[in-house]
Amino acid sequence: MPELTRRPRVALFVTCLVDLHRPTVGFAAIRLLEQAGCQVEVPRAQTCCGQPAYNAGDRATARDLAAGILDAFSGYDYVVAPSGSCAGMISHHFAGLFDNDPQQRARAEALQAKTFELVAFLADVMKVTHVTGMYQGTATYHDSCSGLRELGIKAQPRALLASVAGLTLAEMAEPETCCGFGGTFCVKYPEISTRMVSDKTRDITATGADTLLAGDLGCLLNMAGRLKRENSPIRTRHIAEVLAGMTNDVPPIGEGRG
Amino acid sequence: MLATSPAFKQNVRDALADAGLQKALAFTRPSFAGRRAAAVANLPEFEQLRDVGRDIKNHVLANLDFYLETWAGNVEKSGGQVHWCSTADDARAAVLAICQRVGAKTVTKGKSMISEELAINEHLEQHGITPVETDLGEYILQLRHEPPSHIIAPAFHLNREDWEESFRKSHTDLAEDRVFTDRRDILTEARRKLREQFLAADVGITGANFLIAETGSSVIVTNEGNGDLTQTLPKVHIVLASIEKVVPTLEDACTFLRLLARSATGQDMSVYTTFSTGARRPDDLDGPGEYHVVLIDNGRTNMIGTEFQDMLRCIRCAACMNHCPVYFTVGGHSYGWVYPGPMGSVLTPGLIGVDKAGHLPNASTFCGKCESVCPVKIPLPKLMRHWREREFERHLTPQTVRTNLALWAWFARRPAAYRFATRIAAWTLGFLGRKRGKFHALPFAGGWTDGRDLPAPEGDTFFARYARQQRNAQP
Repeated sequence: MPELTRRPRVALFVTCLVDLHRPTVGFAAIRLLEQAGCQVEVPRAQTCCGQPAYNAGDRATARDLAAGILDAFSGYDYVVAPSGSCAGMISHHFAGLFDNDPQQRARAEALQAKTFELVAFLADVMKVTHVTGMYQGTATYHDSCSGLRELGIKAQPRALLASVAGLTLAEMAEPETCCGFGGTFCVKYPEISTRMVSDKTRDITATGADTLLAGDLGCLLNMAGRLKRENSPIRTRHIAEVLAGMTNDVPPIGEGRG
Repeated sequence: MLATSPAFKQNVRDALADAGLQKALAFTRPSFAGRRAAAVANLPEFEQLRDVGRDIKNHVLANLDFYLETWAGNVEKSGGQVHWCSTADDARAAVLAICQRVGAKTVTKGKSMISEELAINEHLEQHGITPVETDLGEYILQLRHEPPSHIIAPAFHLNREDWEESFRKSHTDLAEDRVFTDRRDILTEARRKLREQFLAADVGITGANFLIAETGSSVIVTNEGNGDLTQTLPKVHIVLASIEKVVPTLEDACTFLRLLARSATGQDMSVYTTFSTGARRPDDLDGPGEYHVVLIDNGRTNMIGTEFQDMLRCIRCAACMNHCPVYFTVGGHSYGWVYPGPMGSVLTPGLIGVDKAGHLPNASTFCGKCESVCPVKIPLPKLMRHWREREFERHLTPQTVRTNLALWAWFARRPAAYRFATRIAAWTLGFLGRKRGKFHALPFAGGWTDGRDLPAPEGDTFFARYARQQRNAQP
């Protein structure tokens, strides 16, 4: 991608879970992108990346939704999502949906080259090394599967968390092991999913950390839900809330306003 | 082997409630991944070898007829015989015919997953021939009438107490004061019994890790040496091998040997690697008088030329299951047929039908760990997704799932309607959950809330808040 002489225009792909469940993550993403020097826009014609259909074997629906995103997100320098899973869907799977349509496939390939997960975009593209967020506590970070294995996100969140004043990072035993969310897997095979997330919360608890962070809301809802069921005091947040210093804006995931 | 894959969900519930199984899984889990990681770290070119391995297999699959014919010609040149078998029935009949012709009473067997696929032991027993498993794990499973739960560590789901119990029940000459405190005691007892069988056997059956086209050889790797005693002591050696085992050259076989043990057990090499070429020649000091290869398709050619062809690269190292969090939660028997774990979740629907094995490719989070450790880079999650597509096309996906998906898709295609619906949902759940921030139970959400609380949403959607913010920012 050629060097830009102006502020890059970034389209935020909010993700359906952030839209529905935790808008603060979207606003945290906007703040971080703006602080990094981006001009952020939020295309209105976006709903979901299509993974629920894609992973259920419904390619036709996945293709329809992908086509909508190709239309809504053309004309920006970058597309950024606060989720490795949704960013991975766009950047690794969209083109394959249009194998029989060279024109759309070319558009999908162009889109996938400029689509990034938020933290990786900040660190790798915008070369951000420090953030303004402050957080008093010890956090442990879970590597969500798509971000880790599809997009290679491992060092970037740790590097940016190291710049958060007051925050100490304590690694858990197997940060790269799946938490058992897996999209609709968690309700199609709830016994397996619950056992997997229980293994995960055991590793989280063993760190002694008071806060659990990750970059994907699906995994976070799963892990927070299990921690709450276990009456754990550990607070769960999306990494963007901490990096952007917006932890006072909203209670941790699964905790009430009193 | 009768498939219990359709009862996957019940198998899972049984497995989760089985304290002995869960103990064995927890005990073994860390060692598999740790050993592979250490072995890979010691071989700088391991990643390149994975590419080479993938490319060799792809080349073979694109020219399978050529390599199989070349290999078969060389088997015959070296005094062996090839039995081409399309189905499991054909293969069972071929094995039985050889055994009957030589008047076999006892048949020793090395570990072979394809023999499980053929259910060859049951077939031989029905015809008055006694098969004896000689791999330590397979031996105990035969005593217990259980199928293997893993493709290279078939009995790792058993604990020491299980071994002792099985020996005491089956070895009626066992002294009461014999102690079984460690592995060596178990091994000594099995060895005592097996030694008699090795010497008595009329026919030895092994699998094959590779067939080598340029020499007509078959290769097995073992850690116990039982395979060598199985194939060299009896008068007749029968190799059971599926068609995708063929590699072009000795050099290629060596490439795979460098990948195989490291991926499987974290060893640089297995303890025994044995190449067999033809029958005993006049000047040979030992070896079998007859060398047969029963070459089996059993549904594999149906996968060639389809999106599932990549699966036929598999070299059965078990790295995928050794690193699979689902496998280590439910154990191998839950998958309900011969091949468990991620490779089984792709291969089993191909061999017994996705209508029977549909749960397997669905019971995956697509975490991708399996693909990341596969020595021949099989894109296992992608292939599982392809099975889900086949199910969706054939309307095998449960109707409730289809209905929910269609409803969701209707809204997701229409951003304005979607905005409206999500706003109502977020507001309602946010309002109901605002105090506690979570739900302990919710109608229709039992799949989630049986084991977890459901965190409550903030209450307003991002887009509603964003639109408000934009309006307020207008001058």
